[in-house]
Amino acid sequence: MQTARSLEELQALAKQIRRHIIEMTGAAKSGHPGGSLSSVEILVTLFFGGVLRHDPKRPDWPERDRFILSKGHGAPALYAVLAECGYEAAPRELLKTLRKLGSPYQGHPDKRFLPVLEASTGSLGQGLSLAMGMGFAARLNGNPSRTYVLLGDGEIQEGQIWEAAMFGAYHKIDNVTAIVDYNKMQLDGFIKDVMELEPLVPKWQAFGWHVLEVDGHSFPALQAAFTLAREVRGRPTVIIAHTVKGKGVSFMENNPKFHGVAPTPEEVELALKELA
Amino acid sequence: MPLKTRYELNLGMATREAFGRALVELGRENPNIMAVDADLSKSTFTHLFAKEFPERFVSCGIAEANMVGVAAGLASHGKIPFAASFSCFLLNKAFEQLRVTVAYPGLNVKIVGTHSGISIGEDGPSQMSVEEISLACSLPGFVVLAPADEVATRALVRAAAEHVGPVFIRTGRPRVPVIYSPDQRFEIGKAIELVEGSDVTIMANGLMVAEAIRAAEALDAEGISVRVLDLHTVKPLDREAIRKAAEETGAIVVAEEHLVDSGTGVRVAQAVAEMHPCVMEFVGIQNTYAESGPPEALLEKYGLTAPHIAAAARKALARKRGR
Ligand SMILES: Cc1ncc(C[n+]2csc(CCOP(=O)(O)OP(=O)(O)O)c2C)c(N)n1
Ligand SMILES: [Mg+2]
Repeated sequence: MQTARSLEELQALAKQIRRHIIEMTGAAKSGHPGGSLSSVEILVTLFFGGVLRHDPKRPDWPERDRFILSKGHGAPALYAVLAECGYEAAPRELLKTLRKLGSPYQGHPDKRFLPVLEASTGSLGQGLSLAMGMGFAARLNGNPSRTYVLLGDGEIQEGQIWEAAMFGAYHKIDNVTAIVDYNKMQLDGFIKDVMELEPLVPKWQAFGWHVLEVDGHSFPALQAAFTLAREVRGRPTVIIAHTVKGKGVSFMENNPKFHGVAPTPEEVELALKELA
Repeated sequence: MPLKTRYELNLGMATREAFGRALVELGRENPNIMAVDADLSKSTFTHLFAKEFPERFVSCGIAEANMVGVAAGLASHGKIPFAASFSCFLLNKAFEQLRVTVAYPGLNVKIVGTHSGISIGEDGPSQMSVEEISLACSLPGFVVLAPADEVATRALVRAAAEHVGPVFIRTGRPRVPVIYSPDQRFEIGKAIELVEGSDVTIMANGLMVAEAIRAAEALDAEGISVRVLDLHTVKPLDREAIRKAAEETGAIVVAEEHLVDSGTGVRVAQAVAEMHPCVMEFVGIQNTYAESGPPEALLEKYGLTAPHIAAAARKALARKRGR
C-alpha cells in the first residue's frame, strides 16, 4: 500500500512527471502534451497523495482501487505516473519508447501491452459507464475497492457520459468518483467555441451527483475533495477540477496547438529548462 | 515484356485533405452544401470549409451520434450535409443513427470518414478504423466509396454530392501516391482498370491501389501478367468488371486496408461465386487489432504491402494452374 507523500514530495513528483511527458512526446514526435500536462496534479494526488489504495508490488490485489483514464489521449501522464510508482510492467527506462512498435506505452492506453491498466481507452465518452459497472460489482461483492475515473471536459460532450451520470445517481454508486479535467479546451480550440458546457456544476447536480469544484493544480484542495468524496453516501461524486491545458510549460499553456502536437527538439529543451 | 505502366507514384496529398478542399469547391457552387463536425475539423480538413462558409458549418462537439442525427435533420430540409470525423467514431459510435435515422428513410446525408485503416500509425487501435467498409455496406441504400488518391477523392466527393441518397466516403490520414491524371473520369459503381493483364487480377481500393500497382510491376518482371482494378466503389460493386476478371484471368486477389473477413474481399467473393467462380486470395488485416507504430512499419507488419500482395498473386496463380 502507498502512503501519502509530503507536499514537497508531491510537487517534486509533479515536476518529474511533466519532464517525462515532454521527453516522451518529444521522442515520439506525436502525442497529446496539453491534456497530459493539465492532469498531472490530479494523477499525482491519486497515486501518491494517499487517495488510491494500490500496491505496485501487487497489481492483481483484488481490493485495490481502480483508476480509469477515460480521456485516453492523456496516456503519457498516466504512463509516467505508473513508472514512478514502480510498477514492474511500466519500466521508467522504456518511457521514451512511447508510441513505438511493440512498446508497453501505446499511443492510447492498451491493456494488451500494459496489463496493469484497468481499461483500454482512446475513444472518448466510455470510461464513466465502465466505472459504474465496476462500482456496482464492488458493492455487490462487498469489495471495498473504489473506482476513480478521469474525464476530459470536451469528452463529457458525449451523450454516453450523461447516460452513465443518470445511472450513477439512480443506483447510488457512491464508491465511484469522477474527475473532470476542466481545462476549457478541446481539440479544435476552446470549449466555448466548439460546444459550451456551462453551467456545468448545476448540470451534474441536476443529474443527482455530489459536486465539488477545486483548483485542479492544488494538492491540498484535491486531497480535501477526494476525502469528502469518500465520505458521501448514496450518490457518486464528481470533482470539477479547474486546470490549465499545457500547465507548467509557458508556451504550451492555453495554447490550442499543443492539444495533439508534440514539442520539437528545441521546444523540448526550452520546456525542460522551465521544469528544471 | 516490359510493363507499360505510366505510374510514377509521386507522393500527393492525403485523401482527407483532398476531401476538405473538394468540399470548399462544392460549397462555392452549391449553397446547400454544409459541413458538420464533431471537434475534429482540423483533422478532417472541414476547417477550410468553416473558414469560408462559417454559417454553413455546424459544430456539434464531441458527440458523433448527435452529429449524424443533426445531419439527417439538415438533409430533411434539402441541405446536403457532409458529416466528417474519424471513420471509427462515425461508423461505430453513430451506427444506430446511420441505420435508423439516415439509411432507413434513405436521407441524402454524406458521411466522410477520415483516418481509416491502420496507416494512421502512432495513435493506435482505438483510433484505427478497420471495420467500416463492413458496417457501411451493411446499410441498405448506402453508396460506399474508397478513393485511392487526391484526384479520385476530389472526383468522388463531387459524385457523392450529385448522387441523391446516403453515401459513405472512406479517406486516410497519410499522404498517398498520385495515381490518376487530373482529367481522369470517375463514375460511382464503375471500377477503373489501371493495368492490363491476363494471368491474375488484383483488385484494391484506398492506399492499397498503389501497393497493387507496385506488386503488378514486380510480378511483371517475373513474367506474370497482372490486371489491376481500382474498386473505388465498394457498394454498388462493378459486377461486370468482376465477372470479366474472373472469366478472363481466372484468378483474383483482393487487397484492402481493412479486416479481411468483412470487407471488400468478401463482397467480391460473393459476386464471383454468383457469376463465375474462380480462384481467389485475400490480403487484409487478420483477426486482430493492430498497435501503435510508424504507418509504413504497421503496413508491413500486418501484411499490407506490395510484397504481400505479390505473394498472394503467385499463390492464386499456382492454384489456378493446379499446383
Ligand atoms: C469518440 C471520440 N471522438 C473524437 C476523438 C478525437 N479526439 C481526441 S482528443 C479530443 C479532444 C478532447 O478534449 P478534452 O476531452 O477536453 O481533452 P483534454 O483537453 O483534456 O486534452 C478529440 C476530439 C476521440 N478520441 N474519441
Ligand atoms: Mg479539455
